[in-house]
Amino acid sequence: MVEANKEIVTMKGIYKSFLSVQALEDVDFTLNLGEIHALVGENGAGKSTLIKVLTGVEQPDAGVVMINQQKMTIRSPQHAQEIGISTVYQETNLCPDLSVAENILIGREPMKWGLVIDRKAMNDNARQILQELGVDLDVTQTLGECSVAIQQMAAIARALEISSVKVLVLDEPTSSLDMSEVDQLFQVIRKLRESGVGIIFITHFLDQVFEVSDRITVLRNGRLVGTYETTSLARLELIQKMIGRSLAAYDNMTQTKLESSQHIESEALLEAKEVGLAGSVEPFDLDLHAGEVVGLAGLLGSGRTEIARLLFGIDKPDKGVITMDGEVIKNYSPLDSIMRGIALCPEDRKAQGIVGELTVRENIILAMQADLGWFKYLGMKKQYEIAEEYIKLLNIVTPSADQPVKNLSGGNQQKVILARWLATNPRLLILDEPTRGIDVGAKAEIQKLVLLLAEEGKSCVFISSELDEVMRTSHRIVVLRDKEKTAEFSGDVDEPTIMHAIGGSE
Amino acid sequence: MKQTSFFRRIRDSRLFWPLAAWFIILAFNAIVMPDFFKVDIMDDPVYGKHFYGNIIDIFNNGAPLILVSIGMTLVIATGGVDLSVGAVIAISAAMGTVLINPALGNELIENRILTENTTRTPLPIIILADLAAGAACGLWNGLLVSRAKIQPMVATLILMVAGRGIAQLITNGQIMTIYYTPYFWFGNGYILYLPVSIYIVAVVCIIAWLLVRKTSIGLFTESVGTNATATYYSGINEKNVKLLAYTFCGICAAIAGLIFSSYVHSADGNNNGLYYELDAILAVVIGGTLMSGGRFSILASVVGAVIIWTFTVTVYSLGVPGQALLAAKAVLVMLVILLYSDYSRRLISRLFERKGSKHEAAS
Ligand SMILES: Nc1ncnc2c1ncn2[C@@H]1O[C@H](COP(=O)(O)OP(=O)(O)OP(=O)(O)O)[C@@H](O)[C@H]1O
Ligand SMILES: [Mg+2]
Repeated sequence: MVEANKEIVTMKGIYKSFLSVQALEDVDFTLNLGEIHALVGENGAGKSTLIKVLTGVEQPDAGVVMINQQKMTIRSPQHAQEIGISTVYQETNLCPDLSVAENILIGREPMKWGLVIDRKAMNDNARQILQELGVDLDVTQTLGECSVAIQQMAAIARALEISSVKVLVLDEPTSSLDMSEVDQLFQVIRKLRESGVGIIFITHFLDQVFEVSDRITVLRNGRLVGTYETTSLARLELIQKMIGRSLAAYDNMTQTKLESSQHIESEALLEAKEVGLAGSVEPFDLDLHAGEVVGLAGLLGSGRTEIARLLFGIDKPDKGVITMDGEVIKNYSPLDSIMRGIALCPEDRKAQGIVGELTVRENIILAMQADLGWFKYLGMKKQYEIAEEYIKLLNIVTPSADQPVKNLSGGNQQKVILARWLATNPRLLILDEPTRGIDVGAKAEIQKLVLLLAEEGKSCVFISSELDEVMRTSHRIVVLRDKEKTAEFSGDVDEPTIMHAIGGSE
Repeated sequence: MKQTSFFRRIRDSRLFWPLAAWFIILAFNAIVMPDFFKVDIMDDPVYGKHFYGNIIDIFNNGAPLILVSIGMTLVIATGGVDLSVGAVIAISAAMGTVLINPALGNELIENRILTENTTRTPLPIIILADLAAGAACGLWNGLLVSRAKIQPMVATLILMVAGRGIAQLITNGQIMTIYYTPYFWFGNGYILYLPVSIYIVAVVCIIAWLLVRKTSIGLFTESVGTNATATYYSGINEKNVKLLAYTFCGICAAIAGLIFSSYVHSADGNNNGLYYELDAILAVVIGGTLMSGGRFSILASVVGAVIIWTFTVTVYSLGVPGQALLAAKAVLVMLVILLYSDYSRRLISRLFERKGSKHEAAS
């Protein structure tokens, strides 16, 4: 701890604009050695952009970046790495076709005789790093086949592997991790803090901010609100600084939920009987009703996403039958499901959600257009109408409906995907981690929206790693463990009971 | 934020770069060879009065390439590539000539065949057969890529190699010569002083544009090329989108083959449409469509093909010997790669931006 409290990163008066968007305006930021510094703000506040400026992905329009009190121009991410800045970007850029081990050690593979890659050493090495993070898995499997959480872990492991790291940047590393994995990650970064590494930590989970950080810097609309000692700030104060007004808390969510539970249809909209798929999920029963929100809770890999895929027809069950409106479903494909009135907002935003080159408008109308078919092309006027409607409804931060969606901030991309599925006006809406990467204010909005949709007579399936979110929105909670449905709760249940069901009998 | 500055709108248009490149070549010609743009009226004993000149030649001779580039654009936009278009041109040319030539390739070529203006098959059927052959080839490619999941480069390589064999089988290994003036009209005739091939190109272009921008096919194609998984999750049958692109490309190549054989009054399985796949890919790239797929513009690809032919005609007009043409083309390819690289794009973009912001500040 010799070097603690020494400023390692100093950013002064940073400006950055993208064509018509002023992403950063006169932002100051400092990071000390041996501290965990949380960077928070709403979706589109400029957090990721600030990181990109620090790590050489983007060059600032104005302002100074100092490393170790020395003025520096960081030319590229590679350059940043050379001077000891290791980064996990919000959109993990790993190679889905390579193995987990290769992804972690790419470019630094251990060599045999200085010529060929020593596969065994590489796999051992990767396994060890992952174990430190509390993840135990076959590191030789292809990364693309792993869950988003594992991919995120691999990205973190990759950043940690660099030995000479002085600054570690984590842009929403925990957005798809469950509690135990987050704990493991925190242990690791606390250890790094002890050894004098400076850590920048971006997240929308305020609990995590308070749990782990020493200082907090708040951004709003590309401007600096301030930097605070974590201990000197109360949670509500922080929220107010982030969104510029006080949040009308989760006000009467419970009330709304109670009221809306009056409207649940007794007849099932969709019924799954003994439905299962070998290697994916064990046979389960599930009935979904119009007007009801059913939450799927469970750890990562417990089979939540697998159920969503079966219901939406991405996978075809090899056991059991699914009936909708009393008819047995025979054709399984996303298109068939959409025509039946089912929508799935998928878990993996980057791979399964956004179509980056296309504009916000095109992304929003995509599924709707798929339903209409090839020859009933929506008129431009109608397209803009729909896009503008959802931009307003979900508060999507974008300069216009014609912005390529890849230029939006992570949380706003997520909202665009949500809009795509809301636009199909489904009868059954399956949401797999719909609030991933979405800021506190918007999260509450989306939860309310889900209840509202149920009240309008839609049936919703809500999947989330955050238990309290599931509990707040769901009328009924289905718990999964190890690819198996283990329990179902309706009415009033308390958190420990559900936690117990999720975790198993120990 | 509708009122993006005029400057930026022009720069962001997909046509900006290709058109700029074309004008540079034309400007060069205007300076070096003032005669380059001269257009005369010629009175042909067979085909009547028509315009005559380099510019007309560019469009007339370039018609097959423009057609193939239109098809190739769709294929590349889905993230694929079609290497077989040259071979399909040969197949289509062979098909057309064999249906006309009563010798069917196995009888001895008699003088009668070369002098008597006749056909064995009615013209509409010849055209239909040509188009059907092209569609079948495209369908084959499309099935290999979308259903058998073979990589486009490999899948279309099969027909690229086998196609020339098929073309030779059709003509029984001979260079087929035909004499049937209604068929010649496609490659040599004129309507209102302009070559028929220009009209064919225009019609195909309009059909493609309607297909792509007035239905959702264009959106789906761009979506598939950008992120196939997300597209599938959105309920779009990405296999059929690809199938359609390859089939359309096959049809375009078949039309090109028809014009080709009509133009030279013969079919040669070995040489018809040779290297057309490469020129078409270059045209599409000049048009600004990425080889990885996604956003595309048919018109920009057309300009790309026109650039290649303008360049070719320029090189010839300069008196560069035919053998050196390939070397000259290599220079063109290099220029394109340089101009379109991320780095120079950013550089020019920045230059523009500075000017753009000055404009805004002033207004
Ligand atoms: N390449 C780009 N082109 C245009 N605009 C951009 C680009 N990158 C970012 N922006 C814009 O800059 C703003 C800040 O984005 P940034 O990604 O930094 O937000 P963020 O704070 O990380 O948000 P989130 O919590 O959603 O990840 C956004 O309005 C975004 O649309
Ligand atoms: Mg971000």
